[in-house]
Amino acid sequence: MISPAKAFVFGFPTVIFSLIIPLVGVAIFTYIIALRLKPMVKASPDPRLDRLFARFLKMLKYAVGQYRHPRYPDAGIIHIALFSGFVILSLRSITLVLLGISDGYVLPGMSGMVGQVYMVIKDIAGTLILAACLAALYRRIIIKPKRYAVPSKYGKEHTWEAVLVLLLITGLVICDMLFEGSEFAARIQNGSRPEILAPLTGTWMATHMLRLFPMDMLQHLHLGAYFSHELIFFFFLCFLPMGKHFHVITSLPNVFLMKLDKGAVKPVKWGVEEDALDDLESFGVKKYEDFTWKHMLDFYSCVDCGRCSDNCPANAVGRPLSPRFISIKCRNYSFNKYPLKGESVDVSPFIGKVLEEDEIWSCTTCGACEQECPVFIEYIDKIVDVRRGLVDDGMVPQSLQKPLGALEKRGNPYGKMEKKRGDWTKELPEDLNIKILGKKETADTLYFVDSITSYDDRIQDIGRAAARVLTAANIDFGILGPAERDSGHEVRRFGEEMLFLDLRDRNSEAINNAIVNRIVTADPHAYNALKHDYKDIPPVEHISSTFLKGIKYGNILLKHVENSDKIYTYHDPCYLGRHNNLYNDPREVIDSIPGIRRVEMTKNCKDRSFCCGGGGLMLFYEPIEEKRMGQVRVEMAKVAGANVIVTACPFCMVNIEDAIKTSGLEGEMEAIDLVELIDQHIIND
Amino acid sequence: MEILVCVKRVPDTSENEIEVNRDGTDINRDDLVYSVNEWDNYAVEEAIQIRDKVGGSITVVTVGEEEDEEVVRREMAMGADNGMLLSDDAFNGSDGKGIAAALKAAVEKGNYDLILTGAQADDGAGQVGGMLAAMLDWPYASLVNLLEVIDDKKIKVGREIAGGNQEMNEIDLPCVLSIQTGINEPRYVGIRGIRKVASLEIPVQTAGDLGLAGDTVGESGARVKRLDYFVPELGGGADILEGSTDEIIDKLLELLKAKGGIK
Repeated sequence: MISPAKAFVFGFPTVIFSLIIPLVGVAIFTYIIALRLKPMVKASPDPRLDRLFARFLKMLKYAVGQYRHPRYPDAGIIHIALFSGFVILSLRSITLVLLGISDGYVLPGMSGMVGQVYMVIKDIAGTLILAACLAALYRRIIIKPKRYAVPSKYGKEHTWEAVLVLLLITGLVICDMLFEGSEFAARIQNGSRPEILAPLTGTWMATHMLRLFPMDMLQHLHLGAYFSHELIFFFFLCFLPMGKHFHVITSLPNVFLMKLDKGAVKPVKWGVEEDALDDLESFGVKKYEDFTWKHMLDFYSCVDCGRCSDNCPANAVGRPLSPRFISIKCRNYSFNKYPLKGESVDVSPFIGKVLEEDEIWSCTTCGACEQECPVFIEYIDKIVDVRRGLVDDGMVPQSLQKPLGALEKRGNPYGKMEKKRGDWTKELPEDLNIKILGKKETADTLYFVDSITSYDDRIQDIGRAAARVLTAANIDFGILGPAERDSGHEVRRFGEEMLFLDLRDRNSEAINNAIVNRIVTADPHAYNALKHDYKDIPPVEHISSTFLKGIKYGNILLKHVENSDKIYTYHDPCYLGRHNNLYNDPREVIDSIPGIRRVEMTKNCKDRSFCCGGGGLMLFYEPIEEKRMGQVRVEMAKVAGANVIVTACPFCMVNIEDAIKTSGLEGEMEAIDLVELIDQHIIND
Repeated sequence: MEILVCVKRVPDTSENEIEVNRDGTDINRDDLVYSVNEWDNYAVEEAIQIRDKVGGSITVVTVGEEEDEEVVRREMAMGADNGMLLSDDAFNGSDGKGIAAALKAAVEKGNYDLILTGAQADDGAGQVGGMLAAMLDWPYASLVNLLEVIDDKKIKVGREIAGGNQEMNEIDLPCVLSIQTGINEPRYVGIRGIRKVASLEIPVQTAGDLGLAGDTVGESGARVKRLDYFVPELGGGADILEGSTDEIIDKLLELLKAKGGIK
């Protein structure tokens, strides 16, 4: 068989094509990539090259190891097959390109045994890819999973793009199979044996199908397959940066450059100290170029797989938010503003036309989207950045202005008097004297109450239960009382950074005046704020961890469950679970109650927990939605066979109790906080 | 268009527990927090929207003491161009007419085409806008919930009348309008915005600067004297129905039938 490096067609040496195709392909590809980098150069800074070893390990686990893919078994397994096949075939592809220039070329180190073994493995990989492509085409064309659908307001279906790429990949592996198969068939006809040929692989099948073909046809097929492979390969390379298949190039770096500090929110501008914030001309994201370069890389890396939106509670209840389309819309905007050819199209204003205000305020920052994304696209930081821009321009929904004003003046969103912040303790029995720390009294532990538990009539019960349990567990604790301010967790996440800093500084001062060894809170939002947003304060733990230690050391003794008809289920609060990986402590605490029956909402527990509707300022926001998230959550508990939902967050309590009422499930379903549950079952000596 | 917006600093009713002091002369002011009177925010927002459309500048004015400057600053953070504080011991104890007189003097020192006030204040009587217009002898429209600039001589204003109906009027400039809530969605003023204007100098005008005679403002100029503040005695006649939602509905139906509300 004459190789493409030596063949002639109509008197032309085909090696010319072997040279021209890669050169032109690589040149176009470089040009496209350069243009794609253009907006990233104009973007905001974002330091991502710290903790390199940790990053490397994450990349190995999540990108190379495809760790998150099996969360969606069908698509996940197909993708793992395609990805691993691609990795294996990458060497083959390079070899093929060079084979067209130099006959019989082998990559360094690939001669002899190693090369033979590799050829067998790559034949298997090619076959695997072919099978995966067929399975994927079947899913895309016949099954059409719902999450790939594009709601009409976001434009047209993207299926053609997926199908085209699957066909290109199918073409690539078939071409290689025919290229090699024709060669092997020719050798068989000449009486020599081909090298090792793994049975049932594509190449094996091609070889056998072509065995009886006349020699000149085999020669044509050999060259035809080779150049088809070349053309598809370089077309594919240049097609990648045009859309969702950019991830083939960007996802490894995107995972390597991921956000490592879960639960935290990025600073207003990297490299600008807090005391220099006042000098900043503008805050947050108001135009596309205000995003950081990494956030732009996120947009490029979106695979359009729909897993984020499939898990987004806002999307599920019909709020105008779909994280997937935040990425897609921004990417389309970027492609249009920085086009490969022709006029730049700038849809303005960016906030209003591309991203909409309602969309941005609809997010509860629950983190379900980020938990699911196989390539670690960030949404919360982007949404917070856009909110910062909206706040800076005064574009804050009316429903949020009152609570923000109250937070500014009174340190709580309800506008209640500061001096009444500790009044919830008044209903406790006389002998349970809660210390107010800071002036004269000190204690080992500070119980950080936060606004809702201090002021909300229903939630004050949780505060009092916490005080009783902490006392029974012999923990020396006190509260800040009137000196406490709102933790500011949602204030920061709703984009009012300066107000957050003010609240944080006041709290930090009060906390450090109190001189304690640790902080305990029953509010996951406060917990997350104190843990990630505050600096230089004593360590903080959620009360479920405090309880678990108390139970293990025998300081908390629990009696047999009161009512054995009750079937409990635990609802993971977003800021305990997803943002802080605290899944087991609350479960262990519940399971420590003798005789308790607990079921899991198996499809929606732990890191797939479904947000109750959001906490803090989100309680004041009036979203556009078809139903409440809490109602969906209560339904899930019902389906799981539970009649008591245990939460460990005051906001979850508000939302879930509300949902029980609005779903007409009063009497059938109830909600209880973990603290109240322990308070009910603790044995006081 | 040169616009003057009159604003007032009031105890925020949603963030305070308002109590009458022991001798009934005032409310208890120890733990109060203050903010811009809600209606005034709408007036300033409207002014900003007009200025952004047709050009010109906005001045915000208040009558009060040093601490009242805070609301002028906040409205400047919102987008007003200039601020002015009318402050003098002589203003103490003014009634609505006294405040209007001080404002009138300030208006005459400027060159305004349009004056906006809030329709009323949380702690006021809804007098100043109308009195100011009368003193200036300018046309006046109250409770405006729609505003459209026609040209530099005329504007169109809408007022909501009974039954949710809308009334449209044409009114000559210069004029005074009192602005109703709901005319727009006032923008948010963040801490950052306030800090940006924190160091701006806000000019203070005294009674002397304004050329006001002693008997037109303050206690001596007041024609209305406040006699007492008191909390009304709790009366009867109110029933709070208790029970589950269904029970409450049943009880309510019973009551309505019994008292002839429904048949």
